[in-house]
Amino acid sequence: MKKKFLGVVLSVAMVATLLAGCGKKEEAPTDETATEAPADDAAADEGSSSDKVITVGIINNDPTESGYRTANVKSLEEAFSAANGYEAKTFYSLKNDEQINAAQQFIQEGVDYLLLSAADTAGWDSTLKDAQAAGIPVILFDRTIDADESLYAASIVSDMDKEGQTAVEWLASQNLDEYNIIHIQGVMGSAAQKGRSGALQEKVDAEDSWNIVTQQTAEWNAEKAQQIVQSVIDSGEEFNVIYAENDDMARGAVAALDNANISHGVDGDVIIMGFDCNKWALKEVQAGRWNYDGQCNPFQAPYIDEVIKTLEAGQEVAEKVIILEEKGFDSSITDEEIEANGIGDETAPTE
Amino acid sequence: MQNVDFTLCEGEIHALMGENGAGKSTLIKVLTGVYEKDEGEIFLKGMNKAAVIRSPQDAQKLGISTVYQEITLCPNLSVAENMYIARGKGAGQNWKKMNADADKILKSLDIPAKATQQLSSCSIAIQQMVAIARAVDMDCKVLILDEPTSSLDEQEVQKLFGLMRDLKKRGVGIIFVTHFLDQVYEVSDKITVLRDGKLVGEYEIETLPRVKLVAKMLGKELDDMEEIRDDSLVYKGKDADETVFEAKGLQSNAGIKPFDFYIKRGEVNGFTGLLGSGRSECVRAIFGADRMLHGEVKKNGKKIKISKPIDAMKNGIAYLPEDRKIDGIIGDLSVRENIILALQVLKGFFKPFTKAQAYKFADEYIKLLEIKTASADTPIKSLSGGNQQKVILARWLLMNPEYLILDEPTRGIDIGTKIEIQKLVLKLASEGMSVTFISSETDEMLRTCSRLVVMRDRKVVGELSGEDLTQNKIMSTIAGGDR
Amino acid sequence: MQKNNSKSSVAKAFSGIFRNQLFIPIAALLLLALFNFIMDPSFFAISFGHNSAGNPVLSGRLITILDNGSELAILAIGMTLVTAASGGQDISVGAAIAIAGSVILRVLCGGQVSPEHLQAPIIVGFLAACIVAMLFGAFNGVLVAYFKIQPMVATLILYTAGRSIASWINNSQLPIVNEPKFGYFGGLIPGIPIPTPFIIAVICMIVMALVLKFTNLGLYTQAVGINESSSKLNGLNPKFIKLLSFIILGLCVAVAALIKVSRVSTINYSVVAKDIEMDAILAVALGGNALSGGKFSMPASIIGAYVIQFLTTTLYKFNVRADALPAYKAAVIILLVVLSAPVVREKLSSLGKKLKSGTRVKEVG
Repeated sequence: MKKKFLGVVLSVAMVATLLAGCGKKEEAPTDETATEAPADDAAADEGSSSDKVITVGIINNDPTESGYRTANVKSLEEAFSAANGYEAKTFYSLKNDEQINAAQQFIQEGVDYLLLSAADTAGWDSTLKDAQAAGIPVILFDRTIDADESLYAASIVSDMDKEGQTAVEWLASQNLDEYNIIHIQGVMGSAAQKGRSGALQEKVDAEDSWNIVTQQTAEWNAEKAQQIVQSVIDSGEEFNVIYAENDDMARGAVAALDNANISHGVDGDVIIMGFDCNKWALKEVQAGRWNYDGQCNPFQAPYIDEVIKTLEAGQEVAEKVIILEEKGFDSSITDEEIEANGIGDETAPTE
Repeated sequence: MQNVDFTLCEGEIHALMGENGAGKSTLIKVLTGVYEKDEGEIFLKGMNKAAVIRSPQDAQKLGISTVYQEITLCPNLSVAENMYIARGKGAGQNWKKMNADADKILKSLDIPAKATQQLSSCSIAIQQMVAIARAVDMDCKVLILDEPTSSLDEQEVQKLFGLMRDLKKRGVGIIFVTHFLDQVYEVSDKITVLRDGKLVGEYEIETLPRVKLVAKMLGKELDDMEEIRDDSLVYKGKDADETVFEAKGLQSNAGIKPFDFYIKRGEVNGFTGLLGSGRSECVRAIFGADRMLHGEVKKNGKKIKISKPIDAMKNGIAYLPEDRKIDGIIGDLSVRENIILALQVLKGFFKPFTKAQAYKFADEYIKLLEIKTASADTPIKSLSGGNQQKVILARWLLMNPEYLILDEPTRGIDIGTKIEIQKLVLKLASEGMSVTFISSETDEMLRTCSRLVVMRDRKVVGELSGEDLTQNKIMSTIAGGDR
Repeated sequence: MQKNNSKSSVAKAFSGIFRNQLFIPIAALLLLALFNFIMDPSFFAISFGHNSAGNPVLSGRLITILDNGSELAILAIGMTLVTAASGGQDISVGAAIAIAGSVILRVLCGGQVSPEHLQAPIIVGFLAACIVAMLFGAFNGVLVAYFKIQPMVATLILYTAGRSIASWINNSQLPIVNEPKFGYFGGLIPGIPIPTPFIIAVICMIVMALVLKFTNLGLYTQAVGINESSSKLNGLNPKFIKLLSFIILGLCVAVAALIKVSRVSTINYSVVAKDIEMDAILAVALGGNALSGGKFSMPASIIGAYVIQFLTTTLYKFNVRADALPAYKAAVIILLVVLSAPVVREKLSSLGKKLKSGTRVKEVG
């Protein structure tokens, strides 16, 4: 009797979880209407004179993943809005298999284009073939996948390795006598962590004067980063660089330094490095409290728009793989640059 | 338990008697390997060497099987599956053969169950018999029945006895543990009495009349088994005629027919009837333990509303439930906490008793009811059944109720405590408390109650008082009178 | 037995210590401390200095432990009650912290991402978070108490959906509070060198101790957890008491959320208080409380929480490789949980008896 009851409960819970999952999917359109901001520069240029509404299926990671993702999702939703002549169907998940299911569904519904930022690099072959068979061009953005180039129309992606290299080059250019680095990593195995850790590790292995004081994952979490730095401070070890693989973790690290009265930033004892270029982080850099912030460009929408326009006109895409230009900023950053490259500060409509 | 000799012959039913805590359970647990023995040896027929019993599996291999009071089978499996489960017959069970074998055994023992039937669809008695059948099939030479009858009604008990006699003829030795004296004298051949973990003696049934048995169990001669009532124990207050509590057309969601009921100040009355006739359901309805569907209740002539137990408690009604383990004790809490619980709830969430107050209450009642416990801080679950019951009784007495309902307060507890409780009931009544007393043992009811409400098939079928209060009259009313 | 009376009384005391619920968590704490003392006595150094704002501050690993363990200790209080009353655990506290934290930031930033000034007093934001967190607690509580869904399954719903809800509250923005005063709750109040989170945790403990002393919460919760049916017949309302325990946990969640978002003055919905529910449940288990409900010891749970933080800090100190950290933690915790299981404690205490009475020790050991 009890077992049976448990079974019922479990299935109820499973349905509930499914419902919760569905709720997430439906959330996107409401978001869209909520942020019906005036068409920004992203894709409004031509105003789409044609009457035809282009349907795009957007598959992305969940916007709660990070500030980067929030900005990314938002920019896409704004670019492919009804005002710009698009109808967007969206699906957000951090799970590859859920993404694949959604993609299959979009293909069946007959969208005109499939835009994809996959959670995982593998497993997409058959889905892409289906899309090809249905005559639906696939455009990869943000992250590339392991598939033959013929299976997608274009790919507009970030080069995480390059991001790391740019940052490490900047750090090398500081010409310190000795580099004693606290290396705070993101979630182990993620593309961003691998790219950003790789470049630093290479340099540390190559140079005698570069040392890692501690290397820990804070899993993109500011408080964990704070604990890690606190631990190094408590142990009294010397360090002069904090290399945090995103802005949140850099923020946590700085909080620990402030508590211990260790100066940081341009005239301070410790160099602070972050990634992602959140607007608030760039302001810290500008104010000299941080030293460096590496960009991870979430604004692929204009490029995608251009690719779609080209394809609609019946032309070939000039460059199949577009790697987004990504810079690193230090205290020389200007207000204009913050506006142009910073993410996350779109002031929400205030009523 | 110390230094106990115990002999069981082939084909004999041997009753093991003693008060709670006398060591019956311990003896059984040593025999079945649940506890390890410190000293002594166990010999079995056909073995010239002492048997080694270190685990229940060892005992089973030697042909010692136990059927416990609580069913230890799996209710959601079939009868046959229950009989053969975990018997080490390995994988590749032949289901057809298993069912056929099971049916054969059930038939040979005259047990009215089918092999493929789900166990939970059988009555408790049949389940018990299936447990016995399982034991018998395991080539058992010694069968231990630990309080097998406590949840059975009269007919079911008779069926069980039939089965026991049948097994006896086949040469199985049966150890029978029970609290019911009648049953001991009905089926047993020999009686072994234990007291305080020591052996008192082994007796042939003919040589040991009831009174002597009780005396041996209690360790003192007892002459007041018969009559504990006397005139000094009658309430003589001026308001003796006042109706304290009254119910009209009361019906709860537990499936009883609407009934009328009243009780006067200082009166002891009772509900009687067979198990399942609705006795408990009636008092539960009065206390608000089940949801009330219809009816009207009055307290001291004033109409009141009782929709949950706290309402009844606020009106001075207390209820000692039938099932001590499930509804009575809060096992892990201390004796002290168990005693103060009801009064504490009545007093309110924001007004806890101080530790000193709680200890005072607890110590007072531990002394008053002679509760045997190491201290007021001992968890109630480590007390013996009778003492647990006293703690629950203390809980309700502490509330100083006007009307006390006792549902089977003496079930599963030793004779000494039984009599103490009966005496206490009469004493309380003589001081003006109204008491409703329910018991499966009719003589107990006759000794305490001055009026009995008789129930049959979830309906009140009669009321007996005065000269009608005899065993025969009760029986005939329960059975359906003269028709 | 008559051989040696003094010996047996020693044995009694010895087995009593083993049986005491506080024994395992305190022993674990001492063991960790001893280990660190042997490895590096400077672990216990506490120094007095000033932070970059010029305020006095105590620092050192012990302070770090007290500071960082605060949220866990506060959650352990609520989790202990939920465990005791319902015989199950709430696995949604991490997600609920994200929600409560998001509410605080929504109120304080008024929907803007990085406003120059607070849009509402901090207390308003905190009270709003309390109400929201208690409502979500009540939601879990109703599922558990009135719909009789197993706590872990019932709270699975919020566990799954909670972080999305948190993100929705702020329109998927990650607001930042620029008011330095907001940082006091997760940092330091000027002039007081003790980390504020620890002070808040102590206040929570004192409040809970007073509640347990001056109300019947403890007695009722335990009675319901041990025997629901019996409690009902004693005039209690088991459903309401279960619901109450979830609402109290909700309050604990709101306090923990205030500390969490104050530490960094912002929030990240997907990582804030990640996996903290497991640590909170472990704290309860480490305290030797039965996860199936019933009797509980609040101090034991709280010490359990600090044991977990002590362990985390120790592992950080020894630079345990990042991805191996959870494995070490798991190993130590399994050991502690097994040791604090009632069965093992019983065994230990009887072993203690045997050891002390000195009979045939060899055979046993």
